[in-house]
Amino acid sequence: MASKTESTFRNMLLALFVVSFISATTLGYVYEFTKEPIAIAKLKKKIAAIKKVVPEFTNDPNADMYKIASDIKGDTLEFYPAYKDSELVGTAIKTFSDLGFTKRIYLMVGFLADGTIHNISVLEHAETPGLGDKMDKKKSKWSEQFNGKNPANYKLIVSKDGGDVDAITAATISSRAYTDAVDRAYKAFIENKK
Amino acid sequence: MSKLTILTKGIIKENAVFVLFLGLCPTLGTTTSAINGLAMGLATTFVLVMSNIVVSMVKSLIPDKVRIPAFIVIIATFVTVVELTMQAFLPDLFEVLGLFIPLIVVNCVILGRAEAFASKNNVFDSVLDGLGMGLGFAFALTVLGGIREILGSGALFGFSFMEGDGMLIFVLAPGAFIVLGYLIAISNKINKA
Repeated sequence: MASKTESTFRNMLLALFVVSFISATTLGYVYEFTKEPIAIAKLKKKIAAIKKVVPEFTNDPNADMYKIASDIKGDTLEFYPAYKDSELVGTAIKTFSDLGFTKRIYLMVGFLADGTIHNISVLEHAETPGLGDKMDKKKSKWSEQFNGKNPANYKLIVSKDGGDVDAITAATISSRAYTDAVDRAYKAFIENKK
Repeated sequence: MSKLTILTKGIIKENAVFVLFLGLCPTLGTTTSAINGLAMGLATTFVLVMSNIVVSMVKSLIPDKVRIPAFIVIIATFVTVVELTMQAFLPDLFEVLGLFIPLIVVNCVILGRAEAFASKNNVFDSVLDGLGMGLGFAFALTVLGGIREILGSGALFGFSFMEGDGMLIFVLAPGAFIVLGYLIAISNKINKA
């Protein structure tokens, strides 16, 4: 084996500097290389979510996006209007709730022009696997109860608290958060309807 | 030690999870299903092999007193490469494992192999060691994830074979400890025989 470099101050400084320098350069290149695919993947996911929650459209909702301030200071809701041949067929709203079991959950809620919920899709959540994650359509049909309901005559509160929404068994907190997010989107939708 | 032993010892005899009890945090955290376990295992294998190669190449250039920080920077670099690549090209998988990928940096299997093996052996042996250890880790995680998925959600690799829910406790954290305990008992029995 080649003789080991001695642990003098100069050698240690040099070794750590070289290692960090090479590492930083490599990461810089990888970051540049993956930046675009990552942005595309995120955008694709968002577009897929919008497509799921509103009726068929012909415009680019991402380009027509506008932001509305939410009831929580500093946070905004994103509105994605969907037009079919210049007629507004629905609006997808990216909404959130902090009532979840762990961190903030994000939903994409699609409203028809009259405020009826068309469909909802979960963008991000970290609820307990097997319990709260049933809010995701991939895991259970629970969230389908919202489809086709108009919150004007459908109380967006879980039934335990006196509303019309059936909670997920053993996951009332996650259900509350989900309902809260939908409610936030609906209120913003009604307020900003022109 | 023959080349073959270096490769195979990590899979059964010195399995990182069942025998050495290293890297248990990602083991317990990510193995809610077989596919998650497999993906986490393969990501770890990649980092393990790459960091073993680099560490064994630079071992004589790094002064002893700063070897640990130097190794950690090397490992962290590869982990970040894996994270960015996965985010870019396998976004669905990243959604599930994203939280755990940065934890590979502090997975003691990797630093342990860099310190105990790669810093004393040549490049080729280090590759074999990393590959064997990594595959053993992936094997352990896949088995653990598979059993938890079968019992907890009535499915394997995402293919459901029963209606409704399984025993939820196996998907939650306590189930990970229970299944791991039984698997360690079995592996002890095999290794002693």
